[in-house]
Amino acid sequence: MRRAKKEYGRRELNMTAMIDIIFLLLTFFIMTFKIVVPEGDFSIKMPPKSAPSSASLDTPPEPLRVVLSSSPGGNLSSITFGEKPLGRNFNLLRREILSVVSKRGGPKKADVEVELAPDDRLKYAYVIEAITAVTGQVGADGQVYKICDKVKFAPRRKK
Amino acid sequence: MKFKTKSKSYQMDMTAMIDIVFLLIAFFTVLINFSDAEQNERITLPISELAKPPETPPSEPIILHVLGNGNVIYGTQEYTPEALDKQIAFHMRFLNAMKIPLKRVTVIVRADGDCQAGKVQDVIELCQRHRLENFKLRARQNDQ
Repeated sequence: MRRAKKEYGRRELNMTAMIDIIFLLLTFFIMTFKIVVPEGDFSIKMPPKSAPSSASLDTPPEPLRVVLSSSPGGNLSSITFGEKPLGRNFNLLRREILSVVSKRGGPKKADVEVELAPDDRLKYAYVIEAITAVTGQVGADGQVYKICDKVKFAPRRKK
Repeated sequence: MKFKTKSKSYQMDMTAMIDIVFLLIAFFTVLINFSDAEQNERITLPISELAKPPETPPSEPIILHVLGNGNVIYGTQEYTPEALDKQIAFHMRFLNAMKIPLKRVTVIVRADGDCQAGKVQDVIELCQRHRLENFKLRARQNDQ
């Protein structure tokens, strides 16, 4: 019995090494920590130009052409939808696309393709803005309503 | 002369500290992401409210970062469009050797918002010449 009592003496655990390592890990994780902004994609289908037009039986309807003109500085100067000038208002563009889509049976049924023709020197941010206007809309409830998900770039004029 | 040295070891109760430190480590371990290849600090993506992160990542992505001057970062290096052409050709030979169908390959274009649209189209046309046809233009979600 006496012997057993002796064993209860306080044992010390040397934690120095462990704490060293733990702090090292902690500094590593803090240094490599980076806040990532969520990113999303817009799909664009651009088959090679040499592709033969196999769908000769039911030719898809003509794409809706959206021309984005730029000022010499690369800023947007005007949007043209088909032949119709829309100023610089992307909301007007969205409304136009939406009216075409709803005429052809709504966003799910309509076979609508939008062809973007931006000026070469136009800033890319405006192109994304145009694609955003064309592909959908965020409702008041925060949900995304799709309008048209077929977007492509127009073949470019040769310089 | 004899001094009595007080070499009694003092003990500090470190339990609480270690608890907190482990908590912090767990927090940072969970949040760390190694997808550095997808990010580049030299590029400011354009903002779009519709840019929602995809549910499933593309199976065979080729990520091209288009800088403001029209050069492209592919992998870890910066290439001029002409040099990029060779790199893509090399990549296509690799895909060919691995028997990966081109339909599964997606080109993710991460272009700077101030980059000229023509430069982005140049890059897309370059990929089209290599028979790539799925493209994704990447944008950043509105950050408050």
